[in-house]
Amino acid sequence: MTRMASAVGATLFAMMCVSVPAGAQDGASPTSPVAPLAAKPAKTIGPEQTFLIGVVRQIPEPPPWIAPLQMPPDDLGIAGAELGIRDNLTSGRFLKLDYKLSSEIVPTDGDPLLAVEKLVEAGNRFILLDVPPDALVKIADTYKDRDILFINVGATDDRLRQQDCRANVFHIAPSRSMLTDALAQFLVTKRWQNWFLMVGRTDNDKLYAEAVRRSAKKFGGKIVAEKTWDYGPDARATAQSEVPRGTQVGEYDMLIVADELGEFGDILPYNTWLSRPVAGTQGLMALSWHPTMENWGASQLQSRFFKQSKRLMQPLDFQMWQGAFAVGSASLKTRNSDPAKVKAQMLSPDYDLPVFKGVAATFRDWDQQLRQPILLTHATNTVTLSPQAGFLHQSSPLDTLGFDRPESRCKLK
Amino acid sequence: MKRPILLSTSLATLAALLLADALPAEASPRAFVTNERDHTMSVVDMETLKVIDTIKTGRRPRGIIASPDGKLIYVCASDDNRVEVYDAATLKLVKTLRSGPDPELFVLHPSGNPLYIANEDDNMVTVVNVENNELIAEIPVGVEPEGMGISPDGKYMVNTSETTNMAHVVDTSNNEIIENILVDSRPRIAEFTKDGKQLWVSAEVGGTVAVIDPATWKIIKKISFKIPGVADDAIQPVGVRITKDGSKAFVALGPANRVAVVNAKTLEVENYLLVGQRVWQLGFTPDEKFLLSTNGNSNDISVIDVDSQKVTKSLTVGRAPWGVVVVP
Repeated sequence: MTRMASAVGATLFAMMCVSVPAGAQDGASPTSPVAPLAAKPAKTIGPEQTFLIGVVRQIPEPPPWIAPLQMPPDDLGIAGAELGIRDNLTSGRFLKLDYKLSSEIVPTDGDPLLAVEKLVEAGNRFILLDVPPDALVKIADTYKDRDILFINVGATDDRLRQQDCRANVFHIAPSRSMLTDALAQFLVTKRWQNWFLMVGRTDNDKLYAEAVRRSAKKFGGKIVAEKTWDYGPDARATAQSEVPRGTQVGEYDMLIVADELGEFGDILPYNTWLSRPVAGTQGLMALSWHPTMENWGASQLQSRFFKQSKRLMQPLDFQMWQGAFAVGSASLKTRNSDPAKVKAQMLSPDYDLPVFKGVAATFRDWDQQLRQPILLTHATNTVTLSPQAGFLHQSSPLDTLGFDRPESRCKLK
Repeated sequence: MKRPILLSTSLATLAALLLADALPAEASPRAFVTNERDHTMSVVDMETLKVIDTIKTGRRPRGIIASPDGKLIYVCASDDNRVEVYDAATLKLVKTLRSGPDPELFVLHPSGNPLYIANEDDNMVTVVNVENNELIAEIPVGVEPEGMGISPDGKYMVNTSETTNMAHVVDTSNNEIIENILVDSRPRIAEFTKDGKQLWVSAEVGGTVAVIDPATWKIIKKISFKIPGVADDAIQPVGVRITKDGSKAFVALGPANRVAVVNAKTLEVENYLLVGQRVWQLGFTPDEKFLLSTNGNSNDISVIDVDSQKVTKSLTVGRAPWGVVVVP
């Protein structure tokens, strides 16, 4: 399944070529091979540099049941990358830069490496990945000596930023530890520091729980009880009797749920024995984005996305937008599509990525993870963004989220 | 505008009162403040420094400017996708103008026509004839167009795009872009000096103000700000106003809750004035004795004495005051 968003791009670019007046070409890259054409009418001039950006998304294992409000749209994530390309074109047209997107959707049991091969053969040098961690490491290692830049827009695994980090991979998706640190800071600020941790059956749930334990230790939360969810994959019908029984663990402030698949987290609120709120993967969620974000220009991005895709922007859409726009915003400075140059710009001190959260977002040089504020939101409201006030750091408060330089085990190579 | 009813027997007093009512143009200067979150505009008497009226506007009023003669007030009603024009004396809505989608900021040609409007949602600047409401041009610009400035001779209009991070220079004779200047992140305001020799562009997330030479459209200097006890990323330059004589510039620093005073000759920061929370836009009184700042999170405006560089008063207006303009 291949889809090209480049048709839109080409049209936009053609329009823009007509409207770029001669004066705008003066500042163009001196290395440009088309420089002598500058005297000709603008519309006959092709792009100086074209950025070919690919996306590979592997459809994750579906949960045993899906609430009607949470049906994933067919173009989840990809729509964000498409908007990123549009925004790149809108910006890059003034410098005669062109961008094209090619996407590959891989079925749950497929091999994303084959999709990457296909994109690389077609000339893509920037590839956004939403694939499981093992596949990501395999892809990165396969293209270790090739001039290809990978951007992880989906996998939250901390090990990809730690022992399994790779020099040819940047991370836009927040890591699990960034998400749970964001939540922990808020709960500690609210003095709701006694947590009852409910862990799902999957390996990813165990990793999320591990991140919660680490965050508790880091910020002074206390896990006063812990349970594994063992009421089967679909407990909707019996939730009202089973959850009260399963949550009789004594006093606690907050029920923290680790359920990345969404099997049971949503049936916990209002079914607990005590009247305690739920947070984690459901309830009050730590996310990179949510349709209720509206400050700091977020509402403009939301409305551009809605206009394009006729639906609300989800975290994966935002992360893919960021991935595509990360290349685009670096390209305005490099004016060159060499991945090595773009990579250097993404790590340079004068680079930052717009994230519509009121602060500059940049990449950590020790593991190439994007540092950015994390939202804490329930279904219909963004409650707050972390880092919370008062969590200080010697270089950036954003580095209070996730693995900081001294804790990093990443050796980029 | 209501006036107190006095049970006076003095005919003279009554006559004076009637006269005052009949001649609203003789009134002291007035400030108009858009309140983004309660869809109103506060009217402040600059003599008494009191809110004398609150006018219901279209939804989400943000950018606000006055006609060159000070008789008309233009307001961007962002969520109603239109520009509203008010009579500054009677405070009545005179007409509405087309604006393109989501107008945020705009600028009038020094002659009073046309109006250049940034359409934040549409990557476009819309040019409208204010006399007959006709669309003159739509100029494609970068992502999230915001700041709008015009050179005093009216030859160049400058728009900033917040996500593309450029200042786009438009030749107003043909509405074509002639230059694109990369500046720091989230450029918010473009403001020319009165002599037209400098263009100042604030970058909210970048934390700087770029001073650009319109002869070459190159950046001469990037002004940055340091305030003891305030985190660097809370210093977010937004509103910029420069005195007519080109001696001083004032820069609103957003969540730093300060207005910076910059020596516009040396381009050095000389002072920081503590105002309300999340200071956004600025506006001089016509005589430039006072500068008003809109403080979005404390729902007030601060009055700054320009000569002494002191904040002399703060005054509650509506919810989330956004823009301000003062007319004679």
